[in-house]
Amino acid sequence: MGTATGRDAGRRGDRRAAVRDTIGVGLGLFPIGMAFGVLVVQSGFAWWWTPLFSVLVYAGSMEFLMVGLISAATPLASIAATTFLVNSRHLFYALSFPRHRVDGRLGRAYATYALTDEAYALTATLPEPELTSTRILAIQVLCQAYWVTGGIVGALSGRALPESIRGFGFALVALFAVLALDAIRAARDVPTPLLAVGCALAAARIAHERMLVVALGLLVVVLLVRHRTRGPGAPPGDVVPDA
Amino acid sequence: MPEGPAILASLLVAGAVTVALRAVPFVVIEPLRRSSVIRFLGLHLPAGIMVILTIYTLQDVPLRSWPHALPEVVALTVTVALHLWRRSAVLSILAGTATYVVLTSWLVSGGAIG
Repeated sequence: MGTATGRDAGRRGDRRAAVRDTIGVGLGLFPIGMAFGVLVVQSGFAWWWTPLFSVLVYAGSMEFLMVGLISAATPLASIAATTFLVNSRHLFYALSFPRHRVDGRLGRAYATYALTDEAYALTATLPEPELTSTRILAIQVLCQAYWVTGGIVGALSGRALPESIRGFGFALVALFAVLALDAIRAARDVPTPLLAVGCALAAARIAHERMLVVALGLLVVVLLVRHRTRGPGAPPGDVVPDA
Repeated sequence: MPEGPAILASLLVAGAVTVALRAVPFVVIEPLRRSSVIRFLGLHLPAGIMVILTIYTLQDVPLRSWPHALPEVVALTVTVALHLWRRSAVLSILAGTATYVVLTSWLVSGGAIG
């Protein structure tokens, strides 16, 4: 390409490329956003809370969880701890997200704010030369647009749904089950998911009301112990299944 | 249901923590990248967290009363089986949710859910 072709043409091309990049993800974000919107109104919130959830807490799975946590009048400290543990995976995304390619303070601020699972997955798979500032930001803006629009459509149509049609909250169960399968496949490790089941069941027994935050805390402790006992010889991030 | 300001406060807290988690690594990127504990957690936490979240979202399903978690078991089986087969997150989630909505609407029509 070269700068002689003009910056505007380049930017338009980048935006068009971003639309192509995000079509697949959009096909998922829009309907799941709709399910979220339906859940929000079915849980007793006014429809306009849906876009507020998706702008203030822009993290799909956490937004689903917030519906339940807020309905149960969960204390703020507990919400903060739960959010920290649930979204701690974003710490690891940021380690390899190409934010240095984004121009301007405002652009970088938005790129950081909107660094969701989907935005990370889409930009992480792009070849280095195609990572322009416009392309990255357009991908992120489009992802949020699909999600927020889906939520509003769901919230407005959810009010029109008959009382007998319920169960959209199951989208969250399915989402977590799918993410669990993908994460287990990526880590190629059996003990951790089993330890997690143990943590969840133990936490449900000892602290039903605060099960989530207790289970996540237990998991971190158990994993730290596991890391400790691996011995110094094992290379980090390269875990051989126990033989 | 809490009042508007309480809902807003909850959202602001969760939002602030989320943005902080996304921003922190850009500030202290090198020590994080080198730490073997962080890399170990980075590899193992996601799978563990997602397993816990799956169980958490199912923990209040009533087992002793009708329909005895039947819709949950069937819908979760559909989701997992589809995902192992086709590996398409969208397909698995939508098919699982549709299964669940249909089953609960049929089996529990009339508001048996508390």
